[in-house]
Amino acid sequence: MKAVKTMKNIFIIMYFAFLFVFIPEQAFAMHIMEGFLPIEWALFWWGVTLPSLVIGLLSIKKKLQEHPEFKIMLGLSGAFAFVLSALKIPSVTGSCSHPTGVGLGAVLFGPTAMSVVGFIVLFFQSLLLAHGGITTLGANAFSMAVVGPIISYLVYKGASRAGFSFSIAVFLAATLGDLGTYVMTSFQLAIAFPSDAGGMMASFAKFSTIFAFTQIPLAISEGLLTVIIMNVLTKYNLQALKLLHVLPKEGR
Amino acid sequence: MKNFILLLIVVMLSVFPLLIHQNAEFGGADGQAEEEISKIAPEYKPWFQALWEPPSGEIESLLFALQAAIGAGFIGYFIGLMRGKNKQAGEKDKKVPYAADR
Repeated sequence: MKAVKTMKNIFIIMYFAFLFVFIPEQAFAMHIMEGFLPIEWALFWWGVTLPSLVIGLLSIKKKLQEHPEFKIMLGLSGAFAFVLSALKIPSVTGSCSHPTGVGLGAVLFGPTAMSVVGFIVLFFQSLLLAHGGITTLGANAFSMAVVGPIISYLVYKGASRAGFSFSIAVFLAATLGDLGTYVMTSFQLAIAFPSDAGGMMASFAKFSTIFAFTQIPLAISEGLLTVIIMNVLTKYNLQALKLLHVLPKEGR
Repeated sequence: MKNFILLLIVVMLSVFPLLIHQNAEFGGADGQAEEEISKIAPEYKPWFQALWEPPSGEIESLLFALQAAIGAGFIGYFIGLMRGKNKQAGEKDKKVPYAADR
């Protein structure tokens, strides 16, 4: 029995190692390109991101100790983020970007757990696909794996409390978390590159038109896709959702 | 059915830009940001290069397709597993009244 379990774990680990290795794509989307943040900012964002990772790891460990059956749900959140961050979608601005996919995991597992998942996605993207970068990983992880999930989580809680239906709350959480990630990226670039004429605000306006505006339709798509997955979960795995305290009190 | 409609909206959202910008390049948003940086700070030079890049667009799309396939595979496996478990649990519940009928 124990051997079977170990085998199963090895299989799961291998599967994800494989998954992580093939996180592709490069010259589109949100991530700040390798070497494109001055070294002091690169270090600053690494410094902010590392503690979040430690908190995230501890929170995952605690959740899995309490309920080992959540492992597969965590896997689902990871797989969802990988698929979505691979979908390069054209936008109304005439350029392409991709969703983040971290909103689902943030609603299911809380904001801190997703910092680890998002970081791993970004790490392999920068290493194997020249997408983003090692020096800018701290900053990129902060926007996508820390800020995005926190926004998603807070929006979800706020929307449920305000009496919105489960689907609407999930939609808003995923959409705004996705959008917030790109706003954060624009902000990170703006404080590193304030423009001579208008200062930081002028730079922010420029970068946010590039990143955040492109992202609006994609954020909506991410919201809708997250609702679809949640519909499937509520249909077939209601019990796990209840255990994770995801559903609003009355439930559906 | 509800999911199907949602999926349809997602598809429409991504096809719509292709229709209204027939001549756009649909390049990456981060490439544009790179341009913008060189406008704001022309003297800035990236101080670090990517350690490895996919040698060609084909290799890159291979990796891309693999990622999507593996990720989607896991999601499919998960949904199948949940559905099966659900069905089993449902059948167990049903068996008791049947037995009573006989």
